[in-house]
Amino acid sequence: MREESFFRDKLLPISTVVLILIAIWYVAAIFLNAPFERDTAARAGSEIGFSEIVRNTMAQERPVLPAPHQVVAEIWDTTVNKAITSKRSLIYHAWITLSATLVGFGIGAALGVLLAVGIVHNRAMDRSLMPWVIASQTIPILAIAPMIIVVLNAVGIAGLLPKALISTYLSFFPVVVGMVKGLRSPETIQLDLMHTYNASSAQTFWKLRWPSSMPYLFTSLKVAVAISLVGAIVGELPTGAVAGLGARLLAGSYYGQTVQIWAALFMAAALAAVLVMIVGLAHTAVLKRMGAKA
Amino acid sequence: MTSNSASVVSARDLGLTFQTSDGPVNALTGVNLDVAKGDFVSFIGPSGCGKTTFLRVIADLEKPTSGAIAVNGMTPEEARRHRAYGYVFQAAALYPWRTIEKNIALPLEIMGYSKAERKARIERTLELVNLSGFGKKYPWQLSGGMQQRASIARALAFDADLLLMDEPFGALDEIVRDHLNEQLLKLWARTNKTICFVTHSIPEAVYLSTKIVVMSPRPGRVTDIIESTLPRERPLGIRETPEFLEIAHRVREGLRAGHSYDE
Repeated sequence: MREESFFRDKLLPISTVVLILIAIWYVAAIFLNAPFERDTAARAGSEIGFSEIVRNTMAQERPVLPAPHQVVAEIWDTTVNKAITSKRSLIYHAWITLSATLVGFGIGAALGVLLAVGIVHNRAMDRSLMPWVIASQTIPILAIAPMIIVVLNAVGIAGLLPKALISTYLSFFPVVVGMVKGLRSPETIQLDLMHTYNASSAQTFWKLRWPSSMPYLFTSLKVAVAISLVGAIVGELPTGAVAGLGARLLAGSYYGQTVQIWAALFMAAALAAVLVMIVGLAHTAVLKRMGAKA
Repeated sequence: MTSNSASVVSARDLGLTFQTSDGPVNALTGVNLDVAKGDFVSFIGPSGCGKTTFLRVIADLEKPTSGAIAVNGMTPEEARRHRAYGYVFQAAALYPWRTIEKNIALPLEIMGYSKAERKARIERTLELVNLSGFGKKYPWQLSGGMQQRASIARALAFDADLLLMDEPFGALDEIVRDHLNEQLLKLWARTNKTICFVTHSIPEAVYLSTKIVVMSPRPGRVTDIIESTLPRERPLGIRETPEFLEIAHRVREGLRAGHSYDE
Protein backbone atom coordinates (compact mmCIF):
# COMPACT_ATOMS: atom_id res chain seq x y z
CA MET A 1 0.00 0.00 0.00
CA ARG A 2 1.24 3.49 -0.79
CA GLU A 3 1.59 6.05 1.90
CA GLU A 4 -1.25 8.51 2.36
CA SER A 5 -0.35 12.04 1.39
CA PHE A 6 -2.37 14.96 2.71
CA PHE A 7 -1.86 16.98 -0.47
CA ARG A 8 -2.61 14.25 -3.00
CA ASP A 9 -5.39 12.38 -1.13
CA LYS A 10 -7.19 15.16 0.71
CA LEU A 11 -6.39 18.66 -0.49
CA LEU A 12 -6.17 18.06 -4.22
CA PRO A 13 -9.52 16.33 -4.84
CA ILE A 14 -11.44 18.65 -2.52
CA SER A 15 -9.94 21.86 -3.87
CA THR A 16 -10.49 20.72 -7.47
CA VAL A 17 -14.19 20.30 -6.81
CA VAL A 18 -14.36 23.65 -4.99
CA LEU A 19 -12.65 25.43 -7.89
CA ILE A 20 -15.02 23.88 -10.43
CA LEU A 21 -18.03 24.92 -8.33
CA ILE A 22 -16.74 28.50 -8.03
CA ALA A 23 -16.20 28.67 -11.79
CA ILE A 24 -19.75 27.45 -12.46
CA TRP A 25 -21.02 29.96 -9.92
CA TYR A 26 -19.30 32.90 -11.66
CA VAL A 27 -20.65 31.89 -15.05
CA ALA A 28 -24.15 31.50 -13.59
CA ALA A 29 -23.87 34.91 -11.88
CA ILE A 30 -23.03 36.56 -15.21
CA PHE A 31 -25.95 34.92 -17.01
CA LEU A 32 -28.51 35.51 -14.29
CA ASN A 33 -27.52 39.13 -13.61
CA ALA A 34 -27.01 40.19 -17.24
CA PRO A 35 -30.73 40.83 -18.07
CA PHE A 36 -30.86 43.53 -15.39
CA GLU A 37 -27.83 45.28 -16.94
CA ARG A 38 -29.33 45.06 -20.44
CA ASP A 39 -32.67 46.45 -19.19
CA THR A 40 -30.92 49.30 -17.41
CA ALA A 41 -28.93 50.14 -20.55
CA ALA A 42 -32.04 49.89 -22.74
CA ARG A 43 -33.97 52.20 -20.45
CA ALA A 44 -31.12 54.71 -20.58
CA GLY A 45 -31.20 54.32 -24.36
CA SER A 46 -27.59 53.22 -24.58
CA GLU A 47 -25.76 50.13 -25.87
CA ILE A 48 -23.82 47.95 -23.48
CA GLY A 49 -20.87 45.74 -24.46
CA PHE A 50 -20.23 42.20 -23.23
CA SER A 51 -17.14 43.11 -21.18
CA GLU A 52 -19.05 45.87 -19.46
CA ILE A 53 -21.93 43.51 -18.64
CA VAL A 54 -19.49 41.06 -17.12
CA ARG A 55 -17.87 43.78 -15.03
CA ASN A 56 -21.24 45.12 -13.83
CA THR A 57 -22.72 41.71 -12.96
CA MET A 58 -19.89 41.18 -10.50
CA ALA A 59 -20.85 44.17 -8.39
CA GLN A 60 -24.62 44.64 -8.38
CA GLU A 61 -26.20 45.80 -5.18
CA ARG A 62 -29.17 43.41 -5.38
CA PRO A 63 -28.08 40.70 -7.80
CA VAL A 64 -30.27 37.71 -8.65
CA LEU A 65 -27.21 35.62 -7.86
CA PRO A 66 -24.39 37.42 -6.05
CA ALA A 67 -20.86 36.58 -7.18
CA PRO A 68 -18.78 34.49 -4.74
CA HIS A 69 -16.45 37.36 -3.84
CA GLN A 70 -19.46 39.53 -2.91
CA VAL A 71 -20.65 36.86 -0.48
CA VAL A 72 -17.15 36.45 0.94
CA ALA A 73 -16.88 40.21 1.38
CA GLU A 74 -20.27 40.33 3.13
CA ILE A 75 -19.30 37.48 5.47
CA TRP A 76 -15.98 39.16 6.21
CA ASP A 77 -17.66 42.48 6.83
CA THR A 78 -20.34 41.07 9.16
CA THR A 79 -18.03 38.81 11.17
CA VAL A 80 -14.64 40.50 11.46
CA ASN A 81 -15.60 44.15 11.08
CA LYS A 82 -18.59 44.17 13.44
CA ALA A 83 -18.61 43.84 17.22
CA ILE A 84 -20.05 40.48 18.30
CA THR A 85 -22.74 42.27 20.31
CA SER A 86 -23.88 44.27 17.29
CA LYS A 87 -27.20 43.39 15.65
CA ARG A 88 -25.36 43.51 12.32
CA SER A 89 -22.84 40.89 13.33
CA LEU A 90 -23.38 37.53 11.67
CA ILE A 91 -21.63 35.89 14.62
CA TYR A 92 -24.25 37.37 16.97
CA HIS A 93 -27.04 35.92 14.82
CA ALA A 94 -25.24 32.60 14.42
CA TRP A 95 -24.92 32.33 18.21
CA ILE A 96 -28.66 32.97 18.68
CA THR A 97 -29.43 30.13 16.27
CA LEU A 98 -26.70 27.89 17.65
CA SER A 99 -27.92 28.17 21.24
CA ALA A 100 -31.45 27.15 20.21
CA THR A 101 -29.96 24.35 18.09
CA LEU A 102 -27.90 22.95 20.96
CA VAL A 103 -30.73 23.10 23.50
CA GLY A 104 -33.12 21.47 21.01
CA PHE A 105 -30.55 18.85 20.06
CA GLY A 106 -29.89 18.04 23.72
CA ILE A 107 -33.58 17.60 24.51
CA GLY A 108 -34.18 15.73 21.25
CA ALA A 109 -31.30 13.30 21.79
CA ALA A 110 -32.34 12.61 25.39
CA LEU A 111 -35.99 12.18 24.39
CA GLY A 112 -35.01 9.92 21.49
CA VAL A 113 -32.90 7.67 23.68
CA LEU A 114 -35.58 7.46 26.37
CA LEU A 115 -38.28 6.58 23.84
CA ALA A 116 -36.01 3.95 22.27
CA VAL A 117 -35.32 2.37 25.67
CA GLY A 118 -39.06 2.24 26.34
CA ILE A 119 -39.83 0.80 22.92
CA VAL A 120 -37.17 -1.90 23.22
CA HIS A 121 -38.17 -2.97 26.75
CA ASN A 122 -41.94 -2.67 26.58
CA ARG A 123 -44.11 -4.44 24.02
CA ALA A 124 -47.02 -2.08 24.56
CA MET A 125 -44.82 0.95 23.91
CA ASP A 126 -43.36 -0.76 20.84
CA ARG A 127 -46.84 -1.28 19.40
CA SER A 128 -48.36 2.06 20.39
CA LEU A 129 -45.51 4.55 20.12
CA MET A 130 -43.62 3.69 16.96
CA PRO A 131 -46.47 4.58 14.54
CA TRP A 132 -46.84 7.98 16.24
CA VAL A 133 -43.11 8.60 16.08
CA ILE A 134 -43.19 7.99 12.34
CA ALA A 135 -46.41 9.96 11.84
CA SER A 136 -44.88 12.96 13.61
CA GLN A 137 -42.37 13.32 10.79
CA THR A 138 -44.95 13.30 8.02
CA ILE A 139 -46.29 16.68 9.17
CA PRO A 140 -44.36 19.45 7.39
CA ILE A 141 -42.32 21.34 9.96
CA LEU A 142 -43.12 24.64 8.21
CA ALA A 143 -46.78 24.08 9.06
CA ILE A 144 -46.32 23.13 12.67
CA ALA A 145 -43.58 25.61 13.61
CA PRO A 146 -45.82 28.72 13.75
CA MET A 147 -48.37 26.79 15.87
CA ILE A 148 -45.74 25.86 18.43
CA ILE A 149 -44.47 29.44 18.59
CA VAL A 150 -47.98 30.91 18.92
CA VAL A 151 -49.23 28.38 21.47
CA LEU A 152 -46.14 28.68 23.66
CA ASN A 153 -46.26 32.45 23.40
CA ALA A 154 -49.84 32.35 24.66
CA VAL A 155 -48.74 30.53 27.80
CA GLY A 156 -45.90 32.97 28.31
CA ILE A 157 -43.00 30.98 26.90
CA ALA A 158 -41.01 32.92 24.35
CA GLY A 159 -37.47 33.33 23.19
CA LEU A 160 -35.11 30.39 22.98
CA LEU A 161 -37.29 27.52 24.18
CA PRO A 162 -39.97 27.49 21.45
CA LYS A 163 -37.27 27.45 18.76
CA ALA A 164 -35.41 24.72 20.64
CA LEU A 165 -38.60 22.65 20.79
CA ILE A 166 -38.94 22.81 17.01
CA SER A 167 -35.36 21.52 16.81
CA THR A 168 -36.35 18.79 19.25
CA TYR A 169 -39.36 17.87 17.13
CA LEU A 170 -37.07 17.17 14.19
CA SER A 171 -34.04 15.74 15.95
CA PHE A 172 -35.61 13.14 18.25
CA PHE A 173 -36.74 11.08 15.26
CA PRO A 174 -33.42 9.79 13.88
CA VAL A 175 -32.28 9.11 17.44
CA VAL A 176 -35.35 6.97 18.23
CA VAL A 177 -35.06 4.99 15.01
CA GLY A 178 -31.28 4.56 15.30
CA MET A 179 -31.34 3.61 18.98
CA VAL A 180 -34.20 1.12 18.64
CA LYS A 181 -32.08 -0.63 16.03
CA GLY A 182 -28.92 -0.21 18.11
CA LEU A 183 -30.41 -1.52 21.35
CA ARG A 184 -31.73 -4.52 19.44
CA SER A 185 -28.41 -5.15 17.71
CA PRO A 186 -26.88 -7.66 20.22
CA GLU A 187 -26.80 -11.17 18.80
CA THR A 188 -28.91 -13.97 20.29
CA ILE A 189 -25.79 -15.69 21.58
CA GLN A 190 -24.76 -12.54 23.50
CA LEU A 191 -28.24 -12.26 25.02
CA ASP A 192 -28.26 -15.99 25.86
CA LEU A 193 -24.97 -15.49 27.66
CA MET A 194 -26.56 -12.79 29.85
CA HIS A 195 -29.49 -15.15 30.47
CA THR A 196 -27.18 -17.93 31.71
CA TYR A 197 -25.69 -15.45 34.21
CA ASN A 198 -29.22 -14.68 35.41
CA ALA A 199 -28.50 -11.01 34.67
CA SER A 200 -31.23 -8.45 35.40
CA SER A 201 -32.63 -6.34 32.54
CA ALA A 202 -30.74 -3.35 33.91
CA GLN A 203 -27.48 -5.29 33.80
CA THR A 204 -28.23 -6.56 30.30
CA PHE A 205 -28.97 -2.99 29.29
CA TRP A 206 -25.83 -1.35 30.67
CA LYS A 207 -23.39 -4.15 29.94
CA LEU A 208 -24.69 -5.29 26.57
CA ARG A 209 -27.42 -3.27 24.85
CA TRP A 210 -26.03 0.19 25.57
CA PRO A 211 -22.42 -0.50 24.44
CA SER A 212 -23.72 -2.37 21.38
CA SER A 213 -25.79 0.64 20.36
CA MET A 214 -22.96 3.19 20.34
CA PRO A 215 -22.22 3.10 16.58
CA TYR A 216 -25.96 3.51 15.89
CA LEU A 217 -26.26 6.34 18.43
CA PHE A 218 -23.52 8.45 16.89
CA THR A 219 -24.67 7.88 13.34
CA SER A 220 -28.14 9.13 14.25
CA LEU A 221 -26.72 12.00 16.33
CA LYS A 222 -24.92 13.26 13.22
CA VAL A 223 -28.22 13.44 11.34
CA ALA A 224 -29.99 14.85 14.41
CA VAL A 225 -27.57 17.74 14.98
CA ALA A 226 -27.80 18.84 11.34
CA ILE A 227 -31.61 18.86 11.31
CA SER A 228 -31.64 20.54 14.74
CA LEU A 229 -30.03 23.52 13.02
CA VAL A 230 -32.67 23.41 10.29
CA GLY A 231 -35.33 23.32 13.01
CA ALA A 232 -33.91 26.35 14.81
CA ILE A 233 -33.74 28.34 11.54
CA VAL A 234 -37.31 27.41 10.63
CA GLY A 235 -38.35 28.34 14.17
CA GLU A 236 -36.94 31.84 13.68
CA LEU A 237 -38.99 32.56 10.57
CA PRO A 238 -42.43 33.10 12.18
CA THR A 239 -41.11 35.00 15.22
CA GLY A 240 -41.12 38.25 13.31
CA ALA A 241 -37.49 37.90 12.36
CA VAL A 242 -35.86 39.53 15.34
CA ALA A 243 -32.56 37.73 15.55
CA GLY A 244 -30.82 34.60 14.35
CA LEU A 245 -29.79 33.20 10.98
CA GLY A 246 -33.43 32.55 10.11
CA ALA A 247 -34.19 36.21 10.75
CA ARG A 248 -31.31 37.23 8.51
CA LEU A 249 -32.69 35.03 5.75
CA LEU A 250 -36.20 36.46 6.15
CA ALA A 251 -35.05 40.09 6.41
CA GLY A 252 -32.81 39.56 3.41
CA SER A 253 -35.69 38.28 1.31
CA TYR A 254 -38.02 41.12 2.47
CA TYR A 255 -35.58 43.75 1.30
CA GLY A 256 -34.07 41.89 -1.65
CA GLN A 257 -30.71 41.69 0.07
CA THR A 258 -29.55 38.61 -1.77
CA VAL A 259 -25.96 39.03 -0.66
CA GLN A 260 -27.12 38.99 2.96
CA ILE A 261 -29.20 35.82 2.30
CA TRP A 262 -26.25 34.01 0.80
CA ALA A 263 -23.96 35.09 3.61
CA ALA A 264 -26.44 33.73 6.16
CA LEU A 265 -26.81 30.53 4.16
CA PHE A 266 -23.08 29.97 4.14
CA MET A 267 -22.88 30.68 7.84
CA ALA A 268 -25.60 28.09 8.46
CA ALA A 269 -23.80 25.55 6.26
CA ALA A 270 -20.50 26.16 8.06
CA LEU A 271 -22.23 25.83 11.41
CA ALA A 272 -23.82 22.53 10.38
CA ALA A 273 -20.48 21.23 9.11
CA VAL A 274 -18.74 22.10 12.38
CA LEU A 275 -21.52 20.51 14.47
CA VAL A 276 -21.48 17.28 12.43
CA MET A 277 -17.68 17.25 12.66
CA ILE A 278 -17.77 17.57 16.46
CA VAL A 279 -20.20 14.64 16.71
CA GLY A 280 -17.94 12.71 14.32
CA LEU A 281 -14.91 13.36 16.52
CA ALA A 282 -16.84 12.25 19.60
CA HIS A 283 -17.82 9.10 17.68
CA THR A 284 -14.22 8.28 16.86
CA ALA A 285 -13.09 8.99 20.41
CA VAL A 286 -15.77 6.74 21.94
CA LEU A 287 -15.12 3.87 19.52
CA LYS A 288 -11.41 4.15 20.23
CA ARG A 289 -12.07 3.89 23.95
CA MET A 290 -14.19 0.82 23.22
CA GLY A 291 -11.20 -0.89 21.64
CA ALA A 292 -12.14 -0.60 17.98
CA LYS A 293 -9.47 -1.54 15.48
CA ALA A 294 -7.34 1.48 14.63
CA MET B 1 -38.55 -36.98 41.21
CA THR B 2 -36.33 -40.01 41.25
CA SER B 3 -32.80 -38.74 41.15
CA ASN B 4 -30.02 -39.81 43.43
CA SER B 5 -28.16 -37.12 45.32
CA ALA B 6 -24.90 -37.39 43.36
CA SER B 7 -26.71 -36.75 40.10
CA VAL B 8 -25.90 -33.35 38.59
CA VAL B 9 -28.26 -33.71 35.65
CA SER B 10 -31.14 -36.15 35.70
CA ALA B 11 -33.59 -36.40 32.80
CA ARG B 12 -36.69 -38.63 32.83
CA ASP B 13 -38.61 -39.24 29.63
CA LEU B 14 -37.76 -35.73 28.51
CA GLY B 15 -39.34 -34.36 25.34
CA LEU B 16 -39.33 -31.07 23.51
CA THR B 17 -41.48 -30.21 20.50
CA PHE B 18 -40.96 -26.97 18.60
CA GLN B 19 -44.05 -25.48 16.95
CA THR B 20 -42.91 -24.25 13.55
CA SER B 21 -44.81 -22.95 10.56
CA ASP B 22 -44.26 -26.36 8.92
CA GLY B 23 -45.92 -28.07 11.87
CA PRO B 24 -44.48 -29.53 15.07
CA VAL B 25 -40.85 -30.71 15.13
CA ASN B 26 -39.81 -33.32 17.68
CA ALA B 27 -36.42 -32.03 18.81
CA LEU B 28 -36.22 -34.46 21.73
CA THR B 29 -38.26 -37.52 22.70
CA GLY B 30 -37.97 -39.93 25.62
CA VAL B 31 -34.55 -38.87 26.84
CA ASN B 32 -33.48 -40.66 30.03
CA LEU B 33 -30.06 -39.72 31.32
CA ASP B 34 -28.10 -39.29 34.52
CA VAL B 35 -24.93 -37.27 34.71
CA ALA B 36 -22.96 -37.99 37.88
CA LYS B 37 -20.78 -35.47 39.66
CA GLY B 38 -17.32 -35.30 38.09
CA ASP B 39 -18.44 -36.95 34.85
CA PHE B 40 -17.28 -35.82 31.44
CA VAL B 41 -20.27 -36.55 29.21
CA SER B 42 -20.16 -36.08 25.45
CA PHE B 43 -23.24 -35.79 23.28
CA ILE B 44 -22.60 -36.92 19.74
CA GLY B 45 -24.86 -37.20 16.72
CA PRO B 46 -25.66 -35.71 13.34
CA SER B 47 -27.24 -32.26 12.93
CA GLY B 48 -30.80 -32.11 14.18
CA CYS B 49 -30.41 -34.92 16.73
CA GLY B 50 -31.20 -32.53 19.58
CA LYS B 51 -27.82 -32.58 21.32
CA THR B 52 -27.57 -28.80 21.46
CA THR B 53 -31.26 -28.57 22.37
CA PHE B 54 -30.68 -30.92 25.31
CA LEU B 55 -27.78 -28.76 26.51
CA ARG B 56 -29.98 -25.68 26.18
CA VAL B 57 -32.72 -27.40 28.21
CA ILE B 58 -30.20 -28.03 31.01
CA ALA B 59 -29.24 -24.34 30.81
CA ASP B 60 -32.89 -23.17 30.88
CA LEU B 61 -32.46 -21.61 27.44
CA GLU B 62 -35.26 -23.90 26.16
CA LYS B 63 -38.26 -25.27 28.06
CA PRO B 64 -39.07 -28.99 27.73
CA THR B 65 -42.63 -29.80 26.67
CA SER B 66 -42.84 -33.18 28.42
CA GLY B 67 -41.04 -35.28 31.01
CA ALA B 68 -38.89 -34.05 33.85
CA ILE B 69 -35.38 -32.76 34.30
CA ALA B 70 -33.41 -31.82 37.40
CA VAL B 71 -30.15 -29.90 37.57
CA ASN B 72 -28.43 -30.18 40.95
CA GLY B 73 -31.78 -31.47 42.25
CA MET B 74 -33.55 -28.27 41.15
CA THR B 75 -35.50 -27.24 38.07
CA PRO B 76 -33.27 -25.80 35.35
CA GLU B 77 -34.67 -22.34 36.05
CA GLU B 78 -33.82 -22.55 39.74
CA ALA B 79 -30.39 -23.89 38.85
CA ARG B 80 -29.86 -20.97 36.50
CA ARG B 81 -30.92 -18.52 39.19
CA HIS B 82 -28.40 -20.19 41.50
CA ARG B 83 -25.79 -19.79 38.75
CA ALA B 84 -25.14 -23.51 38.79
CA TYR B 85 -23.41 -23.75 35.43
CA GLY B 86 -21.07 -22.03 33.03
CA TYR B 87 -22.00 -22.16 29.35
CA VAL B 88 -19.51 -22.14 26.49
CA PHE B 89 -21.13 -21.40 23.14
CA GLN B 90 -20.16 -22.51 19.64
CA ALA B 91 -18.71 -19.05 19.04
CA ALA B 92 -16.61 -17.31 21.66
CA ALA B 93 -19.23 -14.53 21.99
CA LEU B 94 -16.71 -12.22 23.63
CA TYR B 95 -17.88 -8.61 23.86
CA PRO B 96 -15.67 -6.75 21.36
CA TRP B 97 -15.55 -3.55 23.42
CA ARG B 98 -14.15 -5.35 26.45
CA THR B 99 -10.58 -6.56 26.87
CA ILE B 100 -10.07 -10.26 27.62
CA GLU B 101 -9.86 -9.65 31.36
CA LYS B 102 -12.94 -7.41 31.26
CA ASN B 103 -14.77 -10.17 29.37
CA ILE B 104 -13.88 -12.65 32.09
CA ALA B 105 -14.95 -10.07 34.65
CA LEU B 106 -18.41 -9.80 33.03
CA PRO B 107 -20.11 -12.66 34.93
CA LEU B 108 -18.24 -11.66 38.09
CA GLU B 109 -19.56 -8.08 37.83
CA ILE B 110 -23.07 -9.36 37.28
CA MET B 111 -22.83 -11.72 40.24
CA GLY B 112 -21.47 -8.98 42.49
CA TYR B 113 -17.94 -10.16 43.25
CA SER B 114 -15.66 -7.54 44.83
CA LYS B 115 -12.97 -5.86 42.78
CA ALA B 116 -10.12 -7.66 44.53
CA GLU B 117 -11.91 -10.99 44.15
CA ARG B 118 -12.48 -10.30 40.45
CA LYS B 119 -8.81 -9.55 39.92
CA ALA B 120 -7.71 -12.75 41.66
CA ARG B 121 -10.19 -14.88 39.71
CA ILE B 122 -9.27 -13.32 36.36
CA GLU B 123 -5.61 -14.09 36.98
CA ARG B 124 -6.36 -17.64 38.08
CA THR B 125 -8.64 -18.51 35.17
CA LEU B 126 -6.35 -16.90 32.58
CA GLU B 127 -3.58 -19.10 33.91
CA LEU B 128 -5.90 -22.12 33.80
CA VAL B 129 -6.48 -21.69 30.04
CA ASN B 130 -2.87 -20.64 29.32
CA LEU B 131 -3.70 -17.03 28.47
CA SER B 132 -1.67 -15.28 31.16
CA GLY B 133 -0.37 -11.98 29.80
CA PHE B 134 -3.21 -11.58 27.28
CA GLY B 135 -5.68 -9.97 29.70
CA LYS B 136 -5.24 -6.47 28.32
CA LYS B 137 -5.77 -7.51 24.68
CA TYR B 138 -9.02 -6.99 22.82
CA PRO B 139 -10.71 -10.09 21.31
CA TRP B 140 -9.86 -9.11 17.71
CA GLN B 141 -6.18 -9.17 18.63
CA LEU B 142 -6.40 -12.90 19.47
CA SER B 143 -6.65 -15.99 17.25
CA GLY B 144 -9.87 -18.03 17.12
CA GLY B 145 -8.45 -20.70 19.43
CA MET B 146 -7.33 -18.12 21.97
CA GLN B 147 -10.73 -16.43 21.84
CA GLN B 148 -12.46 -19.74 22.56
CA ARG B 149 -10.07 -20.37 25.47
CA ALA B 150 -10.94 -16.90 26.80
CA SER B 151 -14.62 -17.81 26.63
CA ILE B 152 -13.89 -21.00 28.60
CA ALA B 153 -12.03 -18.90 31.17
CA ARG B 154 -15.13 -16.70 31.39
CA ALA B 155 -17.29 -19.76 32.12
CA LEU B 156 -14.82 -20.98 34.76
CA ALA B 157 -14.45 -17.64 36.53
CA PHE B 158 -17.38 -18.13 38.88
CA ASP B 159 -18.06 -21.09 41.13
CA ALA B 160 -20.25 -23.25 38.94
CA ASP B 161 -19.49 -26.98 39.24
CA LEU B 162 -21.15 -27.74 35.94
CA LEU B 163 -19.66 -26.71 32.61
CA LEU B 164 -21.90 -26.91 29.52
CA MET B 165 -19.99 -26.77 26.25
CA ASP B 166 -21.74 -26.59 22.88
CA GLU B 167 -19.26 -27.61 20.17
CA PRO B 168 -16.73 -25.16 21.55
CA PHE B 169 -13.96 -26.28 19.20
CA GLY B 170 -16.13 -26.94 16.14
CA ALA B 171 -14.86 -23.94 14.20
CA LEU B 172 -11.17 -24.58 14.90
CA ASP B 173 -8.67 -26.54 12.84
CA GLU B 174 -7.56 -30.06 13.78
CA ILE B 175 -4.19 -29.10 15.30
CA VAL B 176 -5.57 -26.38 17.55
CA ARG B 177 -8.43 -28.70 18.45
CA ASP B 178 -6.11 -31.52 19.59
CA HIS B 179 -4.20 -29.08 21.70
CA LEU B 180 -7.32 -27.63 23.30
CA ASN B 181 -8.74 -31.11 23.95
CA GLU B 182 -5.60 -32.02 25.85
CA GLN B 183 -5.79 -28.77 27.82
CA LEU B 184 -9.47 -29.31 28.54
CA LEU B 185 -8.77 -32.73 30.07
CA LYS B 186 -6.07 -31.24 32.30
CA LEU B 187 -8.42 -28.48 33.31
CA TRP B 188 -11.16 -30.99 34.10
CA ALA B 189 -8.73 -32.99 36.26
CA ARG B 190 -7.60 -29.86 38.11
CA THR B 191 -11.01 -28.33 38.73
CA ASN B 192 -13.16 -31.42 39.40
CA LYS B 193 -16.00 -29.97 37.35
CA THR B 194 -18.77 -31.91 35.73
CA ILE B 195 -18.71 -31.30 31.99
CA CYS B 196 -21.41 -31.79 29.35
CA PHE B 197 -19.84 -31.50 25.93
CA VAL B 198 -21.60 -31.43 22.54
CA THR B 199 -19.55 -32.52 19.55
CA HIS B 200 -19.61 -33.76 15.97
CA SER B 201 -16.31 -35.58 16.20
CA ILE B 202 -16.03 -39.24 17.21
CA PRO B 203 -12.31 -39.08 18.24
CA GLU B 204 -12.99 -35.96 20.27
CA ALA B 205 -15.90 -37.59 22.09
CA VAL B 206 -14.00 -40.80 22.83
CA TYR B 207 -10.83 -39.00 23.86
CA LEU B 208 -12.53 -36.65 26.30
CA SER B 209 -15.42 -38.52 27.83
CA THR B 210 -16.17 -40.84 30.70
CA LYS B 211 -19.61 -41.30 29.18
CA ILE B 212 -20.67 -40.91 25.54
CA VAL B 213 -24.29 -40.26 24.66
CA VAL B 214 -25.03 -41.21 21.04
CA MET B 215 -28.07 -39.45 19.59
CA SER B 216 -30.00 -39.61 16.33
CA PRO B 217 -32.41 -37.24 14.59
CA ARG B 218 -36.08 -37.20 13.53
CA PRO B 219 -37.15 -37.48 16.29
CA GLY B 220 -34.15 -36.43 18.40
CA ARG B 221 -33.45 -39.26 20.80
CA VAL B 222 -30.72 -41.15 22.65
CA THR B 223 -29.73 -44.41 20.86
CA ASP B 224 -26.79 -45.52 23.01
CA ILE B 225 -24.99 -44.56 26.19
CA ILE B 226 -21.41 -45.78 26.34
CA GLU B 227 -19.44 -45.84 29.59
CA SER B 228 -15.80 -45.33 28.69
CA THR B 229 -13.30 -47.85 30.00
CA LEU B 230 -10.35 -45.55 29.37
CA PRO B 231 -8.42 -44.28 32.42
CA ARG B 232 -8.96 -40.65 33.48
CA GLU B 233 -5.33 -39.90 32.73
CA ARG B 234 -5.16 -39.71 28.92
CA PRO B 235 -2.12 -38.78 26.86
CA LEU B 236 -2.85 -37.93 23.20
CA GLY B 237 -1.23 -41.26 22.21
CA ILE B 238 -4.14 -43.16 23.79
CA ARG B 239 -6.03 -42.56 20.57
CA GLU B 240 -4.01 -45.28 18.83
CA THR B 241 -4.70 -47.99 21.44
CA PRO B 242 -7.08 -50.88 20.59
CA GLU B 243 -9.29 -49.94 23.55
CA PHE B 244 -9.80 -46.45 22.18
CA LEU B 245 -10.54 -47.74 18.70
CA GLU B 246 -13.06 -50.21 20.06
CA ILE B 247 -15.03 -47.51 21.82
CA ALA B 248 -14.83 -45.35 18.68
CA HIS B 249 -16.16 -48.30 16.71
CA ARG B 250 -19.12 -48.68 19.05
CA VAL B 251 -19.92 -44.99 18.75
CA ARG B 252 -19.79 -45.25 14.96
CA GLU B 253 -22.10 -48.28 15.04
CA GLY B 254 -24.52 -46.40 17.23
CA LEU B 255 -24.56 -43.44 14.85
CA ARG B 256 -25.10 -45.72 11.86
CA ALA B 257 -27.96 -47.56 13.58
CA GLY B 258 -29.68 -44.26 14.33
CA HIS B 259 -29.43 -43.28 10.70
CA SER B 260 -30.54 -46.48 8.97
CA TYR B 261 -34.28 -45.87 9.08
CA ASP B 262 -34.40 -42.85 6.77
CA GLU B 263 -32.49 -44.40 3.90
